[in-house]
Amino acid sequence: MHNLTIKQMSEKLHAGEITSVQLTQHYLDRISKYDAELNAYVTVTPELAIAMAEEADKMLASGEAGLLTGIPVAHKDIFCTDGVKTSCSSKMLDNFIAPYDAHVVTQLKKAGMPILGKTNMDEFAMGSSSESSYYGPTKNPWDHKAVPGGSSGGAAAVIAAGLAPMATGTDTGGSIRQPASFCGITGIKPTYGSVSRFGIVAYASSFDQAGPMTRSAEDSAWMLNAMAGFDERDSTSLQREAVDYAADLGQSLKGLKVGVPAEYFGEGLDADVEAVVRNAIAEVEKLGAEVVEVHLPNKDLAVPSYYVLAPAEASSNLSRFDGVRFGYRCENPKDLQDLYKRSRSEGFGAEVKRRIMVGAYALSAGYYDAYYLKAQKLRRMVRDDFTKAFESCDVIMGPVAPTPAFNIGEKTDDPTSMYLADLYTIPVNLAGLPGISVPAGFVNDRPVGLHIVGPYFSETKLLNIAHQYQQVTDWHTRMPAQYQ
Amino acid sequence: MSLGKTEVEYISRLAAIAVEENEVDQVAAKLSNILDLFKQMEAADTEGVDPMAHPLDQVQRLRADVVTEVDQHEKLQSIAPSAENGLYLVPQVIE
Repeated sequence: MHNLTIKQMSEKLHAGEITSVQLTQHYLDRISKYDAELNAYVTVTPELAIAMAEEADKMLASGEAGLLTGIPVAHKDIFCTDGVKTSCSSKMLDNFIAPYDAHVVTQLKKAGMPILGKTNMDEFAMGSSSESSYYGPTKNPWDHKAVPGGSSGGAAAVIAAGLAPMATGTDTGGSIRQPASFCGITGIKPTYGSVSRFGIVAYASSFDQAGPMTRSAEDSAWMLNAMAGFDERDSTSLQREAVDYAADLGQSLKGLKVGVPAEYFGEGLDADVEAVVRNAIAEVEKLGAEVVEVHLPNKDLAVPSYYVLAPAEASSNLSRFDGVRFGYRCENPKDLQDLYKRSRSEGFGAEVKRRIMVGAYALSAGYYDAYYLKAQKLRRMVRDDFTKAFESCDVIMGPVAPTPAFNIGEKTDDPTSMYLADLYTIPVNLAGLPGISVPAGFVNDRPVGLHIVGPYFSETKLLNIAHQYQQVTDWHTRMPAQYQ
Repeated sequence: MSLGKTEVEYISRLAAIAVEENEVDQVAAKLSNILDLFKQMEAADTEGVDPMAHPLDQVQRLRADVVTEVDQHEKLQSIAPSAENGLYLVPQVIE
């Protein structure tokens, strides 16, 4: 059953050939069998899943069901889920039972999607490998020695291993696209503001954006339809008319202008990854697209700019974790300052503390102009590069990450080397643009994704390009042998 | 840029995160590496460029000044480390 597309599952559910309870139980059984090794889930919620599946079966029987009704989903452990532990993979929130649902969770509940559990991630979404989780690293289903990427590494791993048909992710600096690339699945980060941030534990609010993580682009389009839309509880939610993200699936790619930025194929890019990406672009050309060279001259300024701005926002957002209202509190605080400082130093992991400290420093008196303001100016320059590039092309294609998945433990001692590996995804977050990672091949048996970036609100186009590519390739249907 | 003990103590206070005496050197080294990364920004000419806070240059949406939240303090305080009579309890501040 886990090899079906979402469309096939939906058809079988609507035809009464399978029930949501059967489908959900199938995934719960697979989780029991495989997750002890993978560590992709922080929490599995079998009772909730089956109760929701029973409700979904009632919806299906009464004819009130939608396309996704009855299809189970795994939520990244950053989405508040009423009555369920929402840890953000941190000791700080290890005891936090969310008292309400994130908007995305509400939307997918309304769609009738049973919740299988909560997926592992880098602590507070700060990382590119899912190794900073309080609950230990998640393994890459393709190679247990490798990381699944991050921060949505658990989500990518459950899709790759068939431990959930659909998963939610969030992307602040690449956290949907990079794990999608490392695990050989499809993941899209929509335009900033398309999906409500309400109830998502905040990391860097001017970048944070949720999106779907699935096997195929078609699956992602369906899921994004359920996730996106205006929500007044998110102050940066965009007020736009509802979009059908699946509307353009099936359009021809004839005449599509694909921009290939010379700067994305320079020093630092693994030669085998480059070959995979160039082959994928050639495949898109065969479908009628035309390749043009474009330039993103300020590419190298994106990483330093992001690592000023995101930690600055994080230092403010994470000040809410004070040991007073919820979450971890240290033992026997001697006074209020000690309570704050020790609860935070004991509750946060090393990388989270580093980012909060760096952010607080960047915002401090005497450094604000040199760091924060300068980084905000660079952010505009990076955005303007894209605006200019899109004058001569419809979308941009390139690598998601400079290498395939690296080994667990390989980069944990050198945080800055991990930061630099985000060089292709971060500019897209700085600009707030939509971007998708599409499975495009393998290097040393580890998956590699093709990165497609478009202008604001071009999600339907990106999803269609990925869909057309997936009509003529089968990378997205492949599964690691042991999980088939 | 290399941070010393004084700076680490200052940052620890700003961030309200305790740094143990035996961690100072390691924290200083890793933060210094990150600040070196920031230095790369200096070379960029940003003359005449406006800082950008929002990708779509949107401004904050306004809403009517009416109460929209319902009182759920009992539910929300049920997950607090220490609460009593609707109040959060912390160590005594004023003698």
